[in-house]
Amino acid sequence: MEDFSRLLDELYFTNATSAKEKILANFLRSTPDPDRGWALAGIAGTLRFDLFKRNLSKSLILERMDEELFKLSYDYVGELSETIALAWQVSENPVLLNKLPGLTEVISEFQGRGKEGIRQYLVELLDNMTPPQRWALLKLGTRGLRIGMSARSVKRTLANMKSVELEVIEELWHGLEPPYESLFAWIDGKADIPDISNAIRYLPVMLAHPLDEEKDFERITPQTHIAEWKWDGIRVQIASNGDETRIFSRTGDDISGSFPDLVEAVDFHAIIDGELLVRKNGEIGSFNDLQQRLNKKKPSAKLMSELPVHFRAYDILSKNGESLRRLSLESRKEELTSLFENFDETTFSMSKPLAFSNIEDLKKMRQQAEQSNGLLEGLMIKDKSSSYVSGRPKHAWYKWKCDPYLLDAVLMYAQRGHGRRSSYYSDYTFGLWNDKGELLPIGKAYFGFTDEELKQIDNWIRKHKMKRFGPVQEVKKELVFEVAFDSAHNSTRHKSGYALRFPRIHRIRWDKPASEANVLADLEKLVHD
Amino acid sequence: MNKVNAITNNAENWMQVRRQGLYCVPAEAYIDPHEPVERAIITHGHADHARPGHGEVLATPQTQAIMKVRYPEDNPVRISLEYHQSHGLKNNINLWFAPAGHVLGSAQAVVEFDNHRLVVSGDYKRHDDPTCKPFEVVKCDTFVTEATFALPVFSHPKLEHEMSKVLRSLDAFPERAHLIGVYGLGKCQRVMKSLRNAGYQDPFYLHGALVGLTKLYEEFGQDFGQWIAATELKGKAREEMRGRIVLAPPSTLADRWSRSLPDMLPIMASGWMQIRARARQRRAEMALIVSDHADWNDLIRTVEETEASAVWITHGRTDALEYELRKRGIHAKALDLIGREEDSE
Ligand SMILES: [Zn+2]
Repeated sequence: MEDFSRLLDELYFTNATSAKEKILANFLRSTPDPDRGWALAGIAGTLRFDLFKRNLSKSLILERMDEELFKLSYDYVGELSETIALAWQVSENPVLLNKLPGLTEVISEFQGRGKEGIRQYLVELLDNMTPPQRWALLKLGTRGLRIGMSARSVKRTLANMKSVELEVIEELWHGLEPPYESLFAWIDGKADIPDISNAIRYLPVMLAHPLDEEKDFERITPQTHIAEWKWDGIRVQIASNGDETRIFSRTGDDISGSFPDLVEAVDFHAIIDGELLVRKNGEIGSFNDLQQRLNKKKPSAKLMSELPVHFRAYDILSKNGESLRRLSLESRKEELTSLFENFDETTFSMSKPLAFSNIEDLKKMRQQAEQSNGLLEGLMIKDKSSSYVSGRPKHAWYKWKCDPYLLDAVLMYAQRGHGRRSSYYSDYTFGLWNDKGELLPIGKAYFGFTDEELKQIDNWIRKHKMKRFGPVQEVKKELVFEVAFDSAHNSTRHKSGYALRFPRIHRIRWDKPASEANVLADLEKLVHD
Repeated sequence: MNKVNAITNNAENWMQVRRQGLYCVPAEAYIDPHEPVERAIITHGHADHARPGHGEVLATPQTQAIMKVRYPEDNPVRISLEYHQSHGLKNNINLWFAPAGHVLGSAQAVVEFDNHRLVVSGDYKRHDDPTCKPFEVVKCDTFVTEATFALPVFSHPKLEHEMSKVLRSLDAFPERAHLIGVYGLGKCQRVMKSLRNAGYQDPFYLHGALVGLTKLYEEFGQDFGQWIAATELKGKAREEMRGRIVLAPPSTLADRWSRSLPDMLPIMASGWMQIRARARQRRAEMALIVSDHADWNDLIRTVEETEASAVWITHGRTDALEYELRKRGIHAKALDLIGREEDSE
């Protein structure tokens, strides 16, 4: 555990990616199995289970510390594990260890113990640790290690250790499980490359850059690019070997449990990439409808019949165990079409390229998307020749989102931010007037302004304080924000009965009197559920 | 207690928070004002406490000297008071300074009016500092305290522990110039002196911005051993900084000059280094937790030792300290002073 903590600190404080990779490689070479494999899993974020729940560490600290002071500390530090690591107070009669156990022992102890045992063990370890070691344990245990090293960088480290192309590791990676003994045996030259042909795996998705209207238009032609709708659902990957199927979120979380109807409908051996949506009364439902399904870990039969899942396929990554990622997008679309020939369109459909002959056509389509009541977020424009690369390669795919909606809303409450922003009021709740002349909150935003503007707003808030509710500071209803957002819907989250998607501060209207801000009726017009 | 005493005894009645800063009404004097005023009592030389342009400055001789270095054009009437030397102000106000342990010359301003004693501690710390006089507890009725590190997550380690990190790294990377980012007043000299005490014998290399105040410390009797003005070394001469310690202001950690140092290892020394994200912000590859302010336990301990019945909190994480002190039955309140940098050292 000491070695692991030291490794994390070194990685955390090293700036250059190449230097980080070197440090990790050295650690992996000099650490025995299975410790190195568990360390790798912690860093790459591939542990399948929490060692303990986040709530456990939180309840332990609250037993030792005043709740209000904990809140203030957490607010300031901005991160739970670090707050606990720093504020931990050693038990009155601690069990003192001569030496901290190794990583493998720690993991197997946690896995082998019941609830009370886990609790005791966690206290025992924290009592014997320095703050950086506590941080390492807490982050590892709740699978939240972020030390500025991407999954890609971890894979590149492994590729360099074996002197193979990154793609080789990329293909293997999600077919393997911690502690990766077969992988290291291969890297050490003691075994053949691991066989993963039947493993069900997630492959990191390919992402798009926002379209730069000034620079990118000239690259786009109907000969070289395709356009398709960008649907407002969630991006998922379906991976199936024909017998078993898993649904992964964009970040690789297994969300199969929430969508048994989709899992049931899959009978192909392939990995496909697409948008998860729901249908309502036979039509594609809004994001708000989808939200009801996303919130349920185990949906009822009733919910599934009211809001059945729908999958719109964008791309195909492998078919019958064979990778298609190096093919061109055009060829992959053909593969996808042939896979979906036999499907009826209730559960699966294909995202078909939209015909266009010039940029004007694309602009018209984007306007069409704006009229879609929020079903379409905009357009995707993709290079036909692009192979499927994990991450965000330049000039391969563009996303061209609809213009946001804008409303003038009045600042009502402010809260201090986290971390770097903890000395400033940087989280803002704003509202619109109802017909009785009352302000009702519609949303919260904490970005969209510059550092300089942040200081100005903070200064304004300090001079216009009213009541305080815990960390929430009420202010005089005098400052107007022009708020941008992607869509609006009915919600019980705010008193107004509305909520916004992706709200951000677009402009600060220092000049505008609060009485001239928008009214709730203006928002009502934009709602479509 | 008669009626007159009831009024004068309570510092609330003769101290005010004004736009320019904390003001003592009968003495007609501000304490650490952040705008030019007629009469200013200055606790120490840091820029957010000591500003130029005042008519009259009351401070320790060291603080006066620091202000002269910082603001050579400034020419107020200077009244220098040694620690514990009493000075009468208007309306029978008595002023004297007690050491605050923060930087050279740093003082707590002790203001006595009638039977009431008010102590404005400025910035202070209780941890070791070989470059200034240690903090002295002054029992008082009203204690004015900072709260820069007033959260239970702040517990500052021993200085030796942090210095040993640098010495270990010098052993491990003898080819790298170890650049430590430090503030010019206090931090720089404290780090140098502590490294000497820890056994570092090679010369220090000082960025030009740190030279003036370091010389001033030497004039007041401090000895840092051999140091060399680093910014004057050009070309090949820079090679001698390998395996040695270079000190420069934090802002230079990522600038062109520091990149020209041979195989530079960026290190940051500050009390904020305890918070990971803060340390990374500076792009430091090693973080030394060296604070010139009191940590959480020391703040509370100090307040309790003063036996003050009222505590005013000037700047920093005021809400946590206010909360904790009230819980302990001490009447505490935060003053909304403007002009203090929350993250200053
Ligand atoms: Zn200071």
